[in-house]
Amino acid sequence: MFTELNSILNTSPDKITQGELIVISERRCDASFLIHHFLSFYLRARCKVCFLGLVQSFSHYSAVSQRLGVSLVQAKEKGQLVFLEGLQESIAHLIPHEGKAGSDALNFIRDPTRGLQSLFELVRDSCGGPAAALGPEEEWGAPVLLVDDLSVLLSLGVSVGAVLDFSHYCRATVCSQLQGNVVTLVHCEEEEDDADDEGAEQLLRGLTHQCTLTLQVQGLPTGYCRDIHGQMEVCWTRRQPDGQQRLKKLFQYKVYDKGASFFARGTSSAVL
Amino acid sequence: MADIRTIGVGNPGVKSSSFNSTSFQKKTRSKLLSIPGTRPSVQNGQLLVSTGVTSLDFLLGGGLAVGAVLLIEEDRYDSYSRMILKYFLAEGVVCQHELFLASAQDSPDDILKELPSPIMDDVAIPKPMEQPRLSSDPQDSLEAMKIAWRYQNLPKVQSTLTSSSRFGHYYDVSKTMEAEIQQAAKCHRFYLPDHPNQTAPTHSPMLESYSALLKSLQEVIQKEGFEVSKSRNILRIGLHSLGSSLWGDDLCCCDNPKHAHALTTFLYGLRALLRSSLAVAVVTVPSHLIQNRALMGRIAKLCDTAIALESFKGSEMETNPLYKDYHGLLHVRQVPHLNCLASQFPDHRDLAFKLKRKQFSIERLHLPPDLSETVSRVSRVELPGAASTASVCGLSTSANKHLDF
Repeated sequence: MFTELNSILNTSPDKITQGELIVISERRCDASFLIHHFLSFYLRARCKVCFLGLVQSFSHYSAVSQRLGVSLVQAKEKGQLVFLEGLQESIAHLIPHEGKAGSDALNFIRDPTRGLQSLFELVRDSCGGPAAALGPEEEWGAPVLLVDDLSVLLSLGVSVGAVLDFSHYCRATVCSQLQGNVVTLVHCEEEEDDADDEGAEQLLRGLTHQCTLTLQVQGLPTGYCRDIHGQMEVCWTRRQPDGQQRLKKLFQYKVYDKGASFFARGTSSAVL
Repeated sequence: MADIRTIGVGNPGVKSSSFNSTSFQKKTRSKLLSIPGTRPSVQNGQLLVSTGVTSLDFLLGGGLAVGAVLLIEEDRYDSYSRMILKYFLAEGVVCQHELFLASAQDSPDDILKELPSPIMDDVAIPKPMEQPRLSSDPQDSLEAMKIAWRYQNLPKVQSTLTSSSRFGHYYDVSKTMEAEIQQAAKCHRFYLPDHPNQTAPTHSPMLESYSALLKSLQEVIQKEGFEVSKSRNILRIGLHSLGSSLWGDDLCCCDNPKHAHALTTFLYGLRALLRSSLAVAVVTVPSHLIQNRALMGRIAKLCDTAIALESFKGSEMETNPLYKDYHGLLHVRQVPHLNCLASQFPDHRDLAFKLKRKQFSIERLHLPPDLSETVSRVSRVELPGAASTASVCGLSTSANKHLDF
């Protein structure tokens, strides 16, 4: 959990906004530190978290969360965290053996034209599980779905329409029905006008249209810098009726071993 | 990711220091996993292996992480990327790791015959300044030295490589590895023409060639026991020229390939296999043939570390005096951050490499000092490539004695 980011987004573990769809888009850089932030933030806020970790192993997330002060293993044992380890489950689908079926949630790997229905069913069952399933002493808060990352589904052959359908279903269930939050990460390659990366751009545009908050992360336009790892543009798309629509803020960031710091442009500690 | 953080860095002198200046020793945990040819990273305790090229190890933050994939974007004639692949395999032979080599173009046996020969004499030469240590085998008959008795207790010179605990070795490119050493290493081969197409009716986006390769990899990992819980050795996987047409893929031939997701699905499966086993993979891809830059970006994203080689052979940069000392440019596209939040990019991004006889050296590209007497405004050369961060540079090639008044 990055305290500076909490103050930028005006949230804290005690007071979280509900019904939000947060889209993190990374353009030719790596914004997974934000996913780690949201994971530890929502676990601290005592929400029920469903995490689709499709690109890294569980031990990677666990090691990083340990540094941020949250134990994923304990959260899993207590039932607060439902973790889908994409890499491990996918082996059974990629190398089919007779007799061993593998979990259903990833059966789109065998046949991408099927769509992501089974994956959605996993999300729905873990987020919307009845309260009686939890122990009597633990009462978790609103459900949260975290996806890392959505564009790897495109690399596995799933069509953009199917991924947009999946995100729409998740949003309808988790955000509207269950008053929870959804955080997804989308990776794009080239600049916006390039025709090469049609799929990911379409996906990003579709998601940005539906979302309440976007965090657009990209490298510095002037190139690589050791002290400033990139810039992040925070854009609120929907606000309360009394607030403003479409508020945008631009920050630069630097990722450390145990956190990240965000600062206004030109105020990096290396410069001042 | 294989969580090998149970290796306590028991001996802080892992890298150097024959002087034990402090008596500080970290408490080692009971489960110590010490495999020859590996060492824990100083940044996050991850297990690293050497790529065979010491300067590349330094660039990648100490070595290649076990469980990770290194992607090498090939240079135009696949000469230097193939060289790095051979260094990688040769390092595996020297450290007694097991090898897995897959290729569609040349037979794996041919590639294995061409491995460079390791240089033996930079191993364990005892320095007289070292504190006397017990000799390695106490059963040796201690012939009492009469004249050089001060050297009695120093370890004997070891010319065999098996007891070498060095990380990273040097190789002599002009000689090939001797057959006995190379055959002593266990190597699994996958030569695509030996695996005829079994038409399995699937809707999977992966091609049959890649499926067969993935299946063969999984078999080797399971049969030879490279899973994290059971393994005592590392498996080095070398995959040559994936994505080329010889694998049946049309990534390199078409602008809108039909099998656009075959290689990315395969790389996802490779990552899945590697994360749960003690193996390292080096994959070379002919990226200069792939027109779709976004697709190349996706391929790089699915691999952990990615570097690209650009050789000067046959291009106009060969005659450029700035590059006369080097054979090509090296671009670091991606550096992983496994089990930690931030990745360590190398500080300098303008890198050039040079293949010398005994070393593949990677150096920072910098402009030589302008030593001419006049400011050579006339002879300005536009520099292509990564080194053109400054817009135009002057080169002191010919001493233009222009007296500007």
